[in-house]
Amino acid sequence: MALRMWASSTANALKISCASKAHLSPAFSLSRCFSTVLDGLKYADSHEWVKHEGSVATIGITDHAQDHLGEVVFVELPEAGGSVSKGKGFGAVESVKATSDVNSPISGEVVEVNSKLTETPGLINSSPYEDGWMIKVKPSSPSELESLMGPKEYTKFCEEEDAAH
Amino acid sequence: MMNIMRFKGLPILQQLHIEEQLLRTSSDNWCIINDGTCDPTIVMGVSGKPAELLEIESVLRDQVPVIRRFTGGGTVIVDCGTIFVTFICNKEAVSDLQPYPRPIMSWSGLLYSKVFQGIGDFHLRENDYVFGNHKFGGNAQSITKSRWIHHTSFLWDFDVRNMSYLKLPKRAPAYRFARGHLDFICRMKDYMPRSTFIDKTVEAASTQFSLRSFELEEIETLSETESNPSTRLLSAEELEADVIAGR
Repeated sequence: MALRMWASSTANALKISCASKAHLSPAFSLSRCFSTVLDGLKYADSHEWVKHEGSVATIGITDHAQDHLGEVVFVELPEAGGSVSKGKGFGAVESVKATSDVNSPISGEVVEVNSKLTETPGLINSSPYEDGWMIKVKPSSPSELESLMGPKEYTKFCEEEDAAH
Repeated sequence: MMNIMRFKGLPILQQLHIEEQLLRTSSDNWCIINDGTCDPTIVMGVSGKPAELLEIESVLRDQVPVIRRFTGGGTVIVDCGTIFVTFICNKEAVSDLQPYPRPIMSWSGLLYSKVFQGIGDFHLRENDYVFGNHKFGGNAQSITKSRWIHHTSFLWDFDVRNMSYLKLPKRAPAYRFARGHLDFICRMKDYMPRSTFIDKTVEAASTQFSLRSFELEEIETLSETESNPSTRLLSAEELEADVIAGR
């Protein structure tokens, strides 16, 4: 199981690192973590990421999550104008036989939804931190971001989670 | 500890509502076994598009109920020959099991390999239970923050005529090789008596959990939160509208 995961995650990490853009850089090398974790983002223990820029926070699922879920074939998203709450589900992804809840790392108002995911749900697999973003939120309690993990902490969290199984 | 509830002929819509409620509002582990459902019913996965998956004209003509369930996966037509087995677990219920689709699927394959030991070349193939390369069990899952459900419909027997309501799906496992329904699936009754399958499944579950029998009336007192299931029956208007939208 560990060898299979290493092989699939390594291939995936190499794919992501080749496509990474200049303003988002991998925080750590392959030797530490087999999924890509990016600087400048905050992370939830349910494997969602947040990028806070000005008054808007963008949310998606991490490379670790998409790798473990498999090929995403359908995405369920809320409507703009609705609200999300920290730690609560706001949508779901379907990968082959499973629906998996996606939880919001922060509370706030949904201001934009990634409509491209309707036609191309696979963007979550190929570009989890960029084209595969899911919702944009106006945070209602910006201090919630402080309780999320930074890149180093999240990397360690993933390593410990994978090692425990 | 795992609570086990056994039904015979429970309507599949009611079964799915119970499962969705237990997944979202209970903190216990559950095994649900439903030995057949009363009326032939089509059950699609959460993202299923009726016009793509069903022969809508025949479905409407014969008034076959169509349900969209809360889990992923494909489309089945179920009836009294279908046996349903469901596991609903907390993330920590099975030690060393990561709560993701593939590990859960593998865990289920190991459990059923005990049930079918020495019988019919059983294995988990991609995401199906097969004898050789013929499918007799289809799986679907839903995973929340702290719990997961894995449920299976087993074809103990089926009516050939019912398969004509289903189109060949666009998304199919590689090992299907574009075979039609009747060349792809097989009947479990050719391999094992019905009651033996159920007994062996309970026995396999008991090797991993202490089982405690539960009656339906008992779960109605468990949940204080109102249940609002997403699993629902699709109306004839919705089915017709899907056909029009696809044109």
